[in-house]
Amino acid sequence: MKLDEFFVTGDPLILGSQIAIGLTMVGLVVLITYLKKWKWLWNEWFTTVDHKKIGIMYIIAGVLMFFRGGVDGLMMKAQTSRPNMEFLDAQHYDEVFTTHGVVMILFMAMPLLIGIINVVMPLQIGARDVAFPKLNALSFWTFFVGAMLFNISFVIGGSPDAGWTSYFPLAGSEFSPDVGNNYYAIALQIAGVGTLASGINFIVTILKMRAPGMKLMKMPMFSWTTLVTSVLIVAAFPIFTVALALMTLDRIFGAHFFTVAGGGDPMLWLNLFWLWGHPEVYIVVLPAFGMFSEVIATFSRKNLFGYTAMVVSIVAIAFLSMLVWVHHFYTMGNSAAVNSVFSITTMMIAIPTGVKIFNWLFTMRKGRIKFTNAMLWALAFIPNFTIGGVTGVMLAMAAADYQYHNTLFLVAHFHYTLIPGVVFAVFAGLYYWWPKMFGFKLNEKIGKWHFWLFVIGFNLTFMPMFFVGLDGMSRRMYTYSESTGWGPLLGISAVGSLVLAAGFAALVYNIYWSFRYASRDIGGDPWDARTLEWATASPVQEYNFAITPQVTDHDEFWLMKKQGRNTIKKEDVKDIHMPSNSAIPIILSVAMGIVGFFLVFEWVTLAAIFSVLIIGGLIANSFDYDDGYHIPAKKVWETEQKWRGDL
Amino acid sequence: MKRVRSVMKLFILFVATLALTACEPLTVFDPQGPVARNLSDLIIFSIIFMAVIVVTVYILFGIIVWKYREREDNKDYEPPYEEGSKALEVTWFIIPVIIVIALTIPTVITISDVEDIPEGYEDQEPLVIHVTSADWKWIFSYPEQDIETVNYINIPANRPIHFKMTSAGTMQSFWIPSLGGQKYTMANMQTQLYLVADREGEYIGRNTNFNGEGYAHMDFEVVAESPSKFNEWVDEVKNTANELTEEKYAEILQPTVIGRETYNGTHLQWIDHAHGGSEKYIDPEAYEGHLIENKKADDDSVTDSESNEKE
Ligand code: HEM
Ligand SMILES: [Cu+2]
Repeated sequence: MKLDEFFVTGDPLILGSQIAIGLTMVGLVVLITYLKKWKWLWNEWFTTVDHKKIGIMYIIAGVLMFFRGGVDGLMMKAQTSRPNMEFLDAQHYDEVFTTHGVVMILFMAMPLLIGIINVVMPLQIGARDVAFPKLNALSFWTFFVGAMLFNISFVIGGSPDAGWTSYFPLAGSEFSPDVGNNYYAIALQIAGVGTLASGINFIVTILKMRAPGMKLMKMPMFSWTTLVTSVLIVAAFPIFTVALALMTLDRIFGAHFFTVAGGGDPMLWLNLFWLWGHPEVYIVVLPAFGMFSEVIATFSRKNLFGYTAMVVSIVAIAFLSMLVWVHHFYTMGNSAAVNSVFSITTMMIAIPTGVKIFNWLFTMRKGRIKFTNAMLWALAFIPNFTIGGVTGVMLAMAAADYQYHNTLFLVAHFHYTLIPGVVFAVFAGLYYWWPKMFGFKLNEKIGKWHFWLFVIGFNLTFMPMFFVGLDGMSRRMYTYSESTGWGPLLGISAVGSLVLAAGFAALVYNIYWSFRYASRDIGGDPWDARTLEWATASPVQEYNFAITPQVTDHDEFWLMKKQGRNTIKKEDVKDIHMPSNSAIPIILSVAMGIVGFFLVFEWVTLAAIFSVLIIGGLIANSFDYDDGYHIPAKKVWETEQKWRGDL
Repeated sequence: MKRVRSVMKLFILFVATLALTACEPLTVFDPQGPVARNLSDLIIFSIIFMAVIVVTVYILFGIIVWKYREREDNKDYEPPYEEGSKALEVTWFIIPVIIVIALTIPTVITISDVEDIPEGYEDQEPLVIHVTSADWKWIFSYPEQDIETVNYINIPANRPIHFKMTSAGTMQSFWIPSLGGQKYTMANMQTQLYLVADREGEYIGRNTNFNGEGYAHMDFEVVAESPSKFNEWVDEVKNTANELTEEKYAEILQPTVIGRETYNGTHLQWIDHAHGGSEKYIDPEAYEGHLIENKKADDDSVTDSESNEKE
């Protein structure tokens, strides 16, 4: 392979980003060296196994990826803002929507949610950490390495260009011989390992490590959604793993699972992809539902209305989500009977979802609603997500879908579910739990700018797409002619995306401002909240709880405060056993990244040689007898005194 | 079945007149044939239900948020503990169930309706057109007339057309929104659609399933005309168009964006892609690197003139 094939060349936009990426990297390295922070980074962050720090790293990575995916979105909006626009050419537009989709779902939504779960869930159930802290670090690093591998495709070798769904036969080597789609197969495989491990980790944590007295039906709603999402991960991700493995065999080793030639069956890919892909959208939306439940309850100062019905609903949603995948290809020529059955299962999902919406509304009824930023996001979720929901029901009706399928109507629909359902939730969650993570609140005034710009921009961007879709515009079109009449609506949409971007900028400014100026004197429970995570310091002590709490009800912390049980006695404080840091997860993951990189370029021998690193890492891990360390009771007591003050 | 229809129709008439008189109708709501009309009716029917749901949620939301907001004078109001309410929860479980049932019935009926020749046209012999999608063009074969077109079709109005569809490689989706819903075209497989244009006119067809760089240029024109005009056109093609050769056909299948073309004879004499053998024409090397420069959407098939008439 020649060097000029290796690096993507010939486009000023790409050359610009190559230079920018290069400079940023050099700049970062210089800066860290100058500040003498390498050792600190390595000891405190890169090798950490603390669930809170891992969660924060997930969140930072997720926000960065949101930026990347958002820029992709803006570029697409610029390209389609007018008829016959010449900003991106066809190939670039194709790469951009592909990476946008993958980055947003797998490298933005997933890490932000898993990050918040990591920080909050163990605290909420009164645990010291997740069940397998070192595995948790491995999850993070495989995700991170997978994401980075995916992102360098932009400058080295070329990005995948077959859509985030990567449909065969297009994505096969018959029609996409360039290396781009190898990145898809390999990078997602590496990241997927981490996700699956997270799923297992969270399930075991929740089933085994709840504080005494916390029956499953006394568990806070966010932890419930985490449990159900994790079960879905364990059920669905292996399907994707297999699909990607078959894709790799096809593309790199010349197999014929999904090809046109040699008796392959491309439709098998569609089935496997959506068998994972549909549950995947519920994997991201369920924890979001959990966050809204917590935020709405806290800021209405009321317990969740219909807790049992809420739990039953999420379980029902998760179960049904495994039975609807065919609605992504009603138009494949299935029999009327098949399409009818899947129309019905799909519409049935709307029922438990509707139940949840009404339960949230009735949680607020008779409450005292405080319009904090976190609550604003939860409130905005309801009307916006309702639009996503009802258009989902419309799409579920197979016959009608023959007119919506693969149009911008669909694109508008899923942005109306994913943005209110996931992004609003992440914002709500960040504003809400920020003090737990960092010890200060985000500014409420700047937050209002963030909120209004983002929500208005979002509606301006995506509402017109419904109509353009009904006017016959299919998705993924990089250009269209004047005579189609789509120009004005897409123009409005493009303007909307700028407002949306301004909203995101306000968030970034808010983080910067609050980091510098916000008050650090907020105590453990700044929102007068209801669940156990607020019984800790802000930011949380490394051992979480000095004494494992005794649980009597959901909203346990609320009761503790009412009954004055929120104190500890010196004689109850014991030494606390903690896991040691480990370098194995990061080393192992980087090794996977190197092997993956060679596989992308089909340098199989090199990949095989470097696989030794992975095997070596696994062996080294088996001989790791480190049993952790103890924090002495005295030190625990001092820490507690410091933040509780009144002891 | 009939009764469901007429109830639906009543609803629809009301909303349709409201919505459609306001402005230029969107393509999907401006059907030019019985299949598209059937779908558009179903869609409008569902929109009514959705509107009711949205309005209900919005009103409840507005009232609750307004009434129970924190004010200066209720700062020491302490909200009560509420377990939930069986009666309320059963209500908002049952109502969606009823809505889902109400939507399911017409959906299931329509799903099977659009698989067949539309009502009222059963006694006519359908015109068969083989659709072969390729990168990045549409190839149409009229076996009975023994002619082939690229990127446009002429069809007789008021006569059912039977499209037998397949692909020479990647997957596409064949969609003429004015006439009816879409369906995929896949190599080694055949799918089919029955469409009728009940008015003469020119409509746009499109591929909706992304299949590479030339995807956005994969539109085609559908001209529905009177049967006599259609026959005239067939005769003209037979007299003036070039013979389709196998080399020419292989050239058409190359990954390119081309204009409209017309031939005598069809490629079905050599290959029907529905039954395998497409790999003979697929050349991965032809797909390496950038294939398409930034191209104006205007200079694609629809406005191009026929490029290969006999001198
Ligand atoms: C931040 C603002 C966003 C903008 C401006 C935006 C814009 C777009 C646009 C223009 C498209 C392509 C439409 C087309 O030509 O077919 C698209 C596709 C997509 N977007 Fe977004 N989007 C945004 C946020 C998100 C978020 C938050 C998610 C997911 C959580 C998301 C997931 C997707 C997916 C999965 C696709 C489909 C990609 C494909 O066709 O393969 N987007 N978006
Ligand atoms: Cu789905």
